[in-house]
Amino acid sequence: MADTQLAQRTRTAQFEGQIRPRFSWFTDRWIAISFLTPTMLLLLFISIFPLVWSLYLSFTDWSVIKDANTAPQWIGTANYLELLTDNRTWQRFVVTGQFVVPAVVIELLLGFGIALLLNRKFTGRGAIMTLLLIPMMLSPIVVALFWRFMMQGDGVLNYYVVNLFGLEPILWLSDRYVAPWSLVIVDVWMWTPFMMLISLAGLSAVPNYLYEAAAVDRAGTWFRFRHITLPMVMPLLLIAIIFRTMDAYKLFDQAVVLTGGGPGRFTQTASMYLYDVAFGQFNTGEGSALGYIMLIVITALANLLIRALNATKST
Amino acid sequence: MAGLVIEKLSKNFGKTAALSNVSLTIKDSEFLILLGPTGAGKTTTLRCVAGLEKPNQGTIEMDGRLITKLSPAERDVAFVFQSYALYPRKTVFQNMSFPLEARKLSQTEIEQRVNEIARKLAIDGLLNRRPAQLSGGQQQRVALGRAMVRQPRLFLMDEPLTNLDFTLRVEMRAELKRLQNELAATFFYVTNDQVEAMSMADRIAILDHGVLQQVDTPENVYNHPANLFVAGFVGNPRMNFLDCRIDKNARVIVGKDDLWRISLTRSLFEKVAQHKGGGEAVFGIRPEDVELSNEAETDMIRAEVYVVEPLGDRTIVDMRLGSEIIKVKVAPNFEAASGDSLGMQFDSERFHVFDKSSGEIII
Repeated sequence: MADTQLAQRTRTAQFEGQIRPRFSWFTDRWIAISFLTPTMLLLLFISIFPLVWSLYLSFTDWSVIKDANTAPQWIGTANYLELLTDNRTWQRFVVTGQFVVPAVVIELLLGFGIALLLNRKFTGRGAIMTLLLIPMMLSPIVVALFWRFMMQGDGVLNYYVVNLFGLEPILWLSDRYVAPWSLVIVDVWMWTPFMMLISLAGLSAVPNYLYEAAAVDRAGTWFRFRHITLPMVMPLLLIAIIFRTMDAYKLFDQAVVLTGGGPGRFTQTASMYLYDVAFGQFNTGEGSALGYIMLIVITALANLLIRALNATKST
Repeated sequence: MAGLVIEKLSKNFGKTAALSNVSLTIKDSEFLILLGPTGAGKTTTLRCVAGLEKPNQGTIEMDGRLITKLSPAERDVAFVFQSYALYPRKTVFQNMSFPLEARKLSQTEIEQRVNEIARKLAIDGLLNRRPAQLSGGQQQRVALGRAMVRQPRLFLMDEPLTNLDFTLRVEMRAELKRLQNELAATFFYVTNDQVEAMSMADRIAILDHGVLQQVDTPENVYNHPANLFVAGFVGNPRMNFLDCRIDKNARVIVGKDDLWRISLTRSLFEKVAQHKGGGEAVFGIRPEDVELSNEAETDMIRAEVYVVEPLGDRTIVDMRLGSEIIKVKVAPNFEAASGDSLGMQFDSERFHVFDKSSGEIII
């Protein structure tokens, strides 16, 4: 017994003697550093550097094409002043807002409504869920392409408008009053499932005994919805609203495919305008400034929503 | 009158029978506790009475009114949930006023009633808090308060003390009993804790596998269990069971090697004679009805001490008898150590004999 213990001890001593000097520098701290370095480098080059560089450029009148060989010329806040006093900029933000608000509100109401309907057991629930989720899983470009196909002058939508309701065909994508709503329709079609999914997650987390207690307490349906369902689901709904608002705010791909900003500039969103300034006219400095203005707006908006979220949590 | 009559209640979940043919009458102002192990169907019974579950068969009558098909709201019962089921975003006051608002009472009356009940439950200082800011015991009181403000005649309680810590549970036991007395309301209470049942109930109903085993006062359930299940379920440590047979000379012979035999009195023997079981039976004796002694007398059974468990107010001694272990409750100052050989004697008046196949009590 004593012999084997001794032998074991000498063996570990030998073992340690071999290992220690070679790898002793390789501490947990070094392991952490070596795992983090590649990510940090990648982040530095594709995210942090462009961020800082574009911030710098937004204070210059540099153009990536015209001034490729000259150093950026510092012009201070001129880009910002010009953009903020330009009516066109405001027009683009109004267009964007007129898209974001109805799209997110309708998606929320529809998605939450569908979630309420689906929040029970019935046969075929799984199949219906899968079908409802399909729009969300498609590429936005694909969605926009086939909606453009359906919404064009002789598309399937107008076929129904004319033959079923006996109305004049609607210029879905080229009427200045209809086209913005067409963007909303497509976005609602695509993103309602997202609202539904998150609502459903919230609904299924409401413990059943609360409803039972309410039933015994003689609470009506509205009472139950207003005082149990809604407050319990609210935090998740707000998160869904934040996601969708931020996403809808930067609408670009669908609008490009569906209307291209037209007719005229009536559906040109802020993102599209930014693209036009930075890569159509190649005013890189001004484009950078516009990018930062957009960033400030969405950050402010998101902060308001997050504050609302925290308010529901603390009470 | 808030009597409750449950008649031949059956409930299946898919192919599993949760309740079969349960008939139970609860008298007005009675504290009846439904006791049974987990999965016995206790909560299902309660939920059927509340209307949260639809029975497959049977009827439920309250005050002579058939309520089987009514919705929970129409039954006018109060339900206290194991999880308390407080509305998380409402204050204590709002939680308690909720059932009254649903009944459209005037604001002054609501305030008056809530304040009165809150004072009674000693939660009047917490009315502006939210459930998350309360301790388990306080939440429990709020849940009780929410049930009480409606002044229902029938309270349904689903293991309301289970989630409380031990000290609080003991405290709340006494308080619930006092409340029930004070309100003169009918309590239908479900628990798997026999101490709760013994200490609070006017009568205990014991349920196992969806079948009602016995309904009687705590004393009778303890001293005259209807069958093997009740005998084994009620009492801690549980009753000792040994195989036995009854011979023609009216003697109960316990154990394989005629460990102990006892001649039956005339009246007891008549009971045995009426019973048409075979000779196979089970002898049951409670740990406190066994006596241990250091001085071996001739009519004592000799057995070896297996384990000694001192519990403070009493000591449990496990005696080994062949392959059997017999638990004996002795005074805390009784001295014994593992391996000691002691004399053991059964109380010749306080034992039971059960039919082995049916489990029914014979004596």
